[in-house]
Amino acid sequence: MKLRHKRLAMIGGVLCAAGITVALLLNAFQSNMVFFYSPTQVAANEAPTSRTFRVGGLVETGTVKRDGLHVNFVVTDTAKTVPVRYEGILPDLFQEGKGVVAQGQLKNGVFMAREVLAKHDENYMPPEAADAIEKARKGQSRLDQSMVKSGAYGAKP
Amino acid sequence: MIAELGHFSLWLAVGVTLLLGTLPLVGAQRGRADLMALAKPATHLLLLLITISFACLITSFVRNDFSVLNVASNSNTELPLMYRMAASWGSHEGSLMLWLLMQAGWAAAVAAFSRYLPLPVQARILSVMGLLTLSFLLFVLLTSNPFDRIFPVPLEGRDLNPQLQDPGMIIHPPMLYMGYVGMSVAFSFAVAALIGGNLDAQWARWMRPWTTVAWAFLTVGIALGSWWAYYELGWGGWWFWDAVENASFMPWLVATALIHSLAVTEKRGSFKSWTVLLAIMGYSLSLLGTFLVRSGVITSVHSFASDPKRGLFILVMLAITVGAALALYAWRAPKVGLGARFSMLSRESMLLANNVMLLVATGAVMLGTLYPLILDSLGLGKISVGAPYFDAVFVPIMAVLVFFMGLGPMARWKNDSLPELAVRLRWAAGVTVVSAALTAWIGGNITIGSVVGLLMTFWIVSSVLAELWERVRPAGGVQTQVLHRLGQLPRATVGMMVAHLGVAVFVFGVTMVGTYDIERDVAMAPGDSTTVNGYTFTYQGTQDVEGPNYSAVRGHLVVTRDGKLVSDMFPEKRIYRVQRNPMTEAAITSRVRGDLYVQMGEPIQGNTWLVRIWVKPFVSWIWFGCLLMALGGVWAVTDRRYRVRATRSESAATGATASAVR
Repeated sequence: MKLRHKRLAMIGGVLCAAGITVALLLNAFQSNMVFFYSPTQVAANEAPTSRTFRVGGLVETGTVKRDGLHVNFVVTDTAKTVPVRYEGILPDLFQEGKGVVAQGQLKNGVFMAREVLAKHDENYMPPEAADAIEKARKGQSRLDQSMVKSGAYGAKP
Repeated sequence: MIAELGHFSLWLAVGVTLLLGTLPLVGAQRGRADLMALAKPATHLLLLLITISFACLITSFVRNDFSVLNVASNSNTELPLMYRMAASWGSHEGSLMLWLLMQAGWAAAVAAFSRYLPLPVQARILSVMGLLTLSFLLFVLLTSNPFDRIFPVPLEGRDLNPQLQDPGMIIHPPMLYMGYVGMSVAFSFAVAALIGGNLDAQWARWMRPWTTVAWAFLTVGIALGSWWAYYELGWGGWWFWDAVENASFMPWLVATALIHSLAVTEKRGSFKSWTVLLAIMGYSLSLLGTFLVRSGVITSVHSFASDPKRGLFILVMLAITVGAALALYAWRAPKVGLGARFSMLSRESMLLANNVMLLVATGAVMLGTLYPLILDSLGLGKISVGAPYFDAVFVPIMAVLVFFMGLGPMARWKNDSLPELAVRLRWAAGVTVVSAALTAWIGGNITIGSVVGLLMTFWIVSSVLAELWERVRPAGGVQTQVLHRLGQLPRATVGMMVAHLGVAVFVFGVTMVGTYDIERDVAMAPGDSTTVNGYTFTYQGTQDVEGPNYSAVRGHLVVTRDGKLVSDMFPEKRIYRVQRNPMTEAAITSRVRGDLYVQMGEPIQGNTWLVRIWVKPFVSWIWFGCLLMALGGVWAVTDRRYRVRATRSESAATGATASAVR
């Protein structure tokens, strides 16, 4: 009897611990997910205002303005645009007319980026990215569909 | 001609693996010693053929044979010789060749050091390894032939990705692959044991050194990758929870669980089927990692212009390998038995806790890595899960793991009592709290993370010292015996202690960087200086320099502390001539107490540059800790018992074979 109780308690304990662990894990997962939005979606007010998210597209030519440590530029999916402000050094592969993804929060219509990720290899354009830009150029602004294959931008090796 | 020779020997290797993968296996089932005896020579032949093929590939690179597509896309006449050779594994095709070479090398090593294995066991293991090699050979030949020709022949190659032109490229991939592919040895041992149906302590003792060595390679490989990313990619951090990093981290976590559960299987005969399952999982996760990196579902320096055919091939390969192994497991594992019983508080239960935590960690990494990919492929939206998630999950898991790391080695096998264990560890606990509090007070900037990290560090150190003291403490209080007893410690025990101290060193480095790391972006004109954490950085200006295949702007900063010169730092901004990519080459002054890290950002006006300055305390301890872990593993493998028992069982095995032949 005693042994059985002990075992039941042990199994119960293990199940509880497992349940709590999974709950904590999923909670951490949910609260740290970062969603991606295209400039069109941001323009349509689909993006959250008090939560970190990612926005991506092309750096519009002629919009990069440096002011000491601060830099302003405009991200476009060729249909709509989002102004972005960032403090610090931009990645090596950041260029006007090239793809970019920024992570940060929206404040008064300006995207305050905390992180700017640029494409890894100048010569290599992921086929899905090329496809997305093609679609965006047709005014469909379907950039979100496949431009940023989670790691396509700024992925470390 | 050389390329064709390489291609041809790969096809010959396919033939050899077909024989190796079938005949010895059949021989082992039917008791035919003649068929089983084929395994060894076939393995050696396989290694020979793949080495020839690999040598052909390297030769093509060294000789700048741009008629080979692989060479034309990844090399250049300006590329220094060293990197031309390393470029042979710098592409997708080449890295698979490296994988094959490692696979054949591991198989040949098993053949060479397996004289003590009974013939049927040896035959089965080599057969399984032959089949694994076959799958990769077909992958290479059918989807990623490194010897494809190109016509018309280009005059010049497209050069190696500048980020790969670094000594890290020469050593990181081979080390990592040694680890990845080394997991196939444990896998083959497990599958062979399932086929043969004999899983016992002896089996665990055979398998243990192989697994530990593979784990050590994997540890070093991952650490090298992390170090490389730190100094070459210029991201300044040591781990980014990037999908590719996670792909290598998952097999490592499982391999770590495996070497701990093997200890139980060897010593107590318990956890048998669990150990087998872990061995299968370890290699499966290696394959999964390969799929993630090679199929193009994630894009990074590691993935190349991708071909959906390849991803599909690996997926099918993964499904067949894992499916077959798990089916075999489901069929045979019930026969394996559970092994000796143990109580709720025993070394077994501590190691079980270790395994559970490591697998929870694996699950957490897998969730964070695969979920965004799955969501994306189903078209349900784009998300990314970054460092905050992994940090939030990993710190508590590691804390629990480290707590048990202190208890485990002290607890007795089979049964222990809590009050007694508490008494034995009371000094360790006291020392931990006091030293952590002292360190936090000295360092200032106390956060929950830093306190937890420091507690973890000192808990490991003090519990290892407590264990060491128990082992060397002379019974009669004779001080002179201490040294003698120290010399008598088994290497396996010393290895374990060293590896655990490695974890402490690692955790300390992570905690210090996490808490006291300072980053500053500054606009600097020549003559300007800025002070970060007591170090004064004075910018002297830039000059243009020419490298073998790049042009660069080189900045010069003089670092002083209290008026004394600390170092001259020369960060560069390079443009590689062929691919025209800008590359930031950071300047790093590395010392035991921490690193100074300087990068050229971008020019603002004339000679004024944005400069990024980092002071990273104790960052190199992170990699040194990993190195200690690996060294501990290797030292444990040299333990006497693996050699002594080996010789003994050798004679027994020869006897058994002799009777089998008769």
